[in-house]
Amino acid sequence: MTDARDADTPVGAEIETVAGSAAVMGGEPVLATRARSQWWDVWDQFRTHKGAMVGAGIFLAILALVVLGPLFVEMENGIKSNMRARNQPMSLEYPLGTDRLGRDLFARMIAGGRVSLAVGLAAMALSLLLGTLIGVLAGYFKRLDGPLMRLTDLFLALPLLPLLLVMVLLFREPLTAAFGIEVGIFILIVSAIGITSWMQTARIVRGDVLALKEREFVLAARSIGTPARRIVTRHVLPNVLSPIMVSATLGIATAIITESALSFLGLGFPPDFPTWGRLLNDGVPFLELYPGRAFWPGLAISLVVLSINYVGDGLRDALDPRIRGR
Amino acid sequence: MLTFTIRRLLFAIPTLLFISLAIFLLLELAPGDPMANVPLTVPAEVKEQMRQALGLGEPVPVRFWKWLVQFFWVEPLNIFDHMFGTNFAEGKLRIISWQNRAPVFITIAERIPQTLWVVGTSYVVAILIAIPVGIYSAYKQYSVFDQAGTFVTMIGFSVPPFFSGVLVIIIFAVQLKWFPSIYDTRHVVSDWDSFLVQVRQMFLPVMVLALQITSQLSRFMRASMLDNLNQDYVRTARAKGLREKSVVLIHVLRNSMIPVVTVIALGVPAIFGGAIITEQVFKVNGIGQLLITAIQANDLPMVQTLTFIFAVLIVLFNLIADVLYGILDPRIRYD
Amino acid sequence: MTTKAALLSAAASFVLAPLAHADGHEGERGRDGQVNIIYWQAPSTMNPFLSGGTKDVEAGSLVVEPLARFDETGTIQPWLVDEIPTVENGGVSEDLTQITWKISEGITWSDGTPFTSADVQFTYEYCTHPEGGCAQATKFEGIESVETPDDLTVVVTFADPKPYPYTAFVGGESPILQKAQFESCVGAAASSCTEQNFNPIGTGPFVVDEFRTNDVISLSANPNFRFEGKPAFATVNFKGGGDAEAAGRAVMQTGEFDYAWNLQLAPEVIAQMEAGGLGTPVAGFGPLVERLMLNNTNPDPALGPDERSVVRPHPFLSDPAVYEAMSMAIDRPLLVEIGYGQAGKVTCNWVPAPEVYSSTSMTCDVQDLEGAKAKLEEAGWVDENGDGVREKDGVELRMLYQTSTNAVRQDFQQLIKEWWEEIGFAVELRNVSGSVFFGGDAGSPDTFQKFYADVEMYANTFNGTDPQAYLGNGLCDKAPRPETQWQGENISRFCDEEYDALWAELAKTSGTDARAEIAKQLNDMIVQRGGMIPLVHRGRLSAHANTLGGVELNVWDSELWNIADWYRIAE
Repeated sequence: MTDARDADTPVGAEIETVAGSAAVMGGEPVLATRARSQWWDVWDQFRTHKGAMVGAGIFLAILALVVLGPLFVEMENGIKSNMRARNQPMSLEYPLGTDRLGRDLFARMIAGGRVSLAVGLAAMALSLLLGTLIGVLAGYFKRLDGPLMRLTDLFLALPLLPLLLVMVLLFREPLTAAFGIEVGIFILIVSAIGITSWMQTARIVRGDVLALKEREFVLAARSIGTPARRIVTRHVLPNVLSPIMVSATLGIATAIITESALSFLGLGFPPDFPTWGRLLNDGVPFLELYPGRAFWPGLAISLVVLSINYVGDGLRDALDPRIRGR
Repeated sequence: MLTFTIRRLLFAIPTLLFISLAIFLLLELAPGDPMANVPLTVPAEVKEQMRQALGLGEPVPVRFWKWLVQFFWVEPLNIFDHMFGTNFAEGKLRIISWQNRAPVFITIAERIPQTLWVVGTSYVVAILIAIPVGIYSAYKQYSVFDQAGTFVTMIGFSVPPFFSGVLVIIIFAVQLKWFPSIYDTRHVVSDWDSFLVQVRQMFLPVMVLALQITSQLSRFMRASMLDNLNQDYVRTARAKGLREKSVVLIHVLRNSMIPVVTVIALGVPAIFGGAIITEQVFKVNGIGQLLITAIQANDLPMVQTLTFIFAVLIVLFNLIADVLYGILDPRIRYD
Repeated sequence: MTTKAALLSAAASFVLAPLAHADGHEGERGRDGQVNIIYWQAPSTMNPFLSGGTKDVEAGSLVVEPLARFDETGTIQPWLVDEIPTVENGGVSEDLTQITWKISEGITWSDGTPFTSADVQFTYEYCTHPEGGCAQATKFEGIESVETPDDLTVVVTFADPKPYPYTAFVGGESPILQKAQFESCVGAAASSCTEQNFNPIGTGPFVVDEFRTNDVISLSANPNFRFEGKPAFATVNFKGGGDAEAAGRAVMQTGEFDYAWNLQLAPEVIAQMEAGGLGTPVAGFGPLVERLMLNNTNPDPALGPDERSVVRPHPFLSDPAVYEAMSMAIDRPLLVEIGYGQAGKVTCNWVPAPEVYSSTSMTCDVQDLEGAKAKLEEAGWVDENGDGVREKDGVELRMLYQTSTNAVRQDFQQLIKEWWEEIGFAVELRNVSGSVFFGGDAGSPDTFQKFYADVEMYANTFNGTDPQAYLGNGLCDKAPRPETQWQGENISRFCDEEYDALWAELAKTSGTDARAEIAKQLNDMIVQRGGMIPLVHRGRLSAHANTLGGVELNVWDSELWNIADWYRIAE
């Protein structure tokens, strides 16, 4: 095994954590001094993971572009049509060209990225939270397993589109009235995606937890009277981190794409609100004429997913003390 | 394990009844109208008459009860009649689609072959590719193979089929003219040549779908293998002098299969459910396309029946997954 | 086997028969093999009485036929009858209450049995049965009885004088069903007749071999078709499903199909597909108009669900200066160029076709933003508080503008919003999924009938060539409201006594010219008094392969109306 990883062996091996073994894997630390050193270890390990660093770099660059972009780009060009500049190719004035109404694609990408990233990250977080919570509860507590898994079956079985339609029907007006149109719809979309996508994570986490809770270290912890809450947070959760990480990277892509499906159905943001998913969707019919229109949003989504995936990989390795030592 | 399975199967009955009620109420509550696709030139009174003819005038509990009776009694009788040539179901009203006023099971039976061909093949192809790729990627973590695999799978997952499908059609059907862009559901495989035609028309949709499924499965496989490769038992097995091959392919693999089994178990009902977007892009017109057109047309009996069959499969395969967990890891106990 | 024998005998009889039209593509029936047709909306039934969807009516038109049809110019043509009954030839009674159809001799159903007046009478009974839920019931509105003095004569009697009697049994929506086949399918039994609905026996050029609902239909030439040597194609492969792009691509770029229906695609996409060189797009114009409906009632959410869009008037859309300015601010030629290309024309009319009914009193092809601003200023709409939105007496020009989800409509929304904001409105956009927007679900707030918005955009049209019923959509009592379960065709809730009176006069007037005069006045009235802002006269754009001959795009009837005359052009 070691041969594959020799190249990645960190310079300063942390003896302390190797000795710490399973009992201190991840989780929240008890002592402030230990906490500092442990999180430093994690960071040190994370830094040595080249993929993770590149991924984090790309992700931060995209984030910076999307957040700071409006300082450099005339955002108005992405919103207002300009009949004199329809279907322009890439140029200095329009870095990615313009669309069929003469709107600057670059400005639209920036505006769309803000929405898509916010929706993608928030919906992924919500779905992970729900999925992990339900998965861990069902896997660890026998009494909850039946009801929670039947609930999961129910949600898996419900047809997605009518469910979303009902949610929009019931909550659109109250939410937009309470929070204004943009925030209201944002909450609606994030919860709609989150509520309809947690099931796979829950099933996977539960499966792992079922196996984990019979492992020796969990039995040991239980036999010395550790309360269930602490067993879950300290011993179980850190060990199901890798499937959760995979779910996270897959989840963000799903969320961005689902958002576009929602707006396509008229359930999402108002039509003059660009998002990556919608730009991609709108670009597909012009794939042969103007490939860039579908290519750039597609690339942006892929880059985000790839970078988050690498960060996830790095994080997982960094949080695993057995790897960290070597 | 046997008592567990039996108990779960018994418990599945009320669960499924509840799910069918939940689906029914959800569809009732969802906005929409089976008359939405009738042209605006047809006046409101006529549309109202058409709704009455569909049975929409009856109260919700009555319609639900009728559907239950039709699904659990009339349709099985019909299948029995069909198999044995009897006439038990004669005169009993079957579940009728609102779009075409034909029994929904006739349409479903028409759609199953192409869905099984295309979506089923994609799953088999994807599982056959994903598991070895996942294992090898984890074993040689951060090797060139792993990096390339990660890159391809992530692109594969983040590019939605409505984009990748159109892209491969433009490249392989329009430009190169290697494959047809439209699937012929009437095609019958009878000999080697017609089998080749079938392979040709399946190739693009299977490629698009399999890429997506492979991406997902191989990620979970890899992550789970990585978790297990560092376990103490692996070190022990190696120390005992077991061959590397049997350490990885027997001990580690078996313990890593739990998340993968979960994902596959969730995927099998999806084979029946079809792949909505891919089927639409390639005009495969299978179950996925049937479901989406039924939803768009607010054909509630069709949507209800399809979703319920789907629910039965989900409950069943999740049960199978639970049983498999116990086999893969004997420490898992349900009783 | 039987088909083959019949084909052979048909071919044999053809050899002896003289050539009717000798324009180079005559020959025996079924000589040109298979024609492949793709409709991106898949037909769900072959019985047009049960569905009413265009796709189903057109698929059905391959098999079942009406007594008379409209040709590509909108002129009525005898189809299964000898001539079109009129007052002049005595076919229509002087008091306009009776029309007598004379069925041509020797017409048979595809099963070889004779086509008789009993079938026509049965079709009337089938569609008017109260439990049948017939989609084409309006075609038979006002009929008192249908009688059959002999096998080839059908007498239709109306309760009141009917100046335009060509509704029942005319056009693709109202074909004749075979009595023998459908006898047991009347009323509630309509649903149990799957076999009949999928495989109707007809008089048309083709018969159904296999019908797969929402997927594909296989048809073959009708051995008993009344014209020798027709149809030229032996089989039809009628594929449904997918999207308009794929359909266009399959005809014009890959050549897998010969005919693609209704390609609602961006003009540049059509142009690029045409460059594929395998097919040609063809456009035809019916009365379809993309328009903005102006809400004549108040859609304020504060009013509550039963008062909203019921109480009159609208806070500002009732002011002529406001809606006139809104119309002036729109650059219609640009909308046509962006959205429809060769399949669109600028129009200021609600009824843009047929030619005789189309008003010429208004022009609207030049955008006039300055004029629009001046008009608003003049009427007292000024922006006093400097927020960019004009107001008057405390009412601000803030609007919600909704439409169904569709790429072209979203582009239009964007452009029109900009123009209106330029002249001092504030516009919020909204798009709703078509299946909800056009559904009549009284429980949903998002339907076009509820009109919980200030302005909404969609397209509407009418069947046939007579606009009387269509103009009736502007009558006061057709407004959707809670008492009618939000059903009704007067979407803008336009209400004008003069209009109602004039329409009643139209219903009593006969003679095309006099009717056209009134129709034009009604058209102008609704546009000038704030019922709607017409935008684009939309055509139907379909594409056929360059090797497919005989296609005459017909927007007044089924597009496949003359498929019997289609043929393969030898390469």
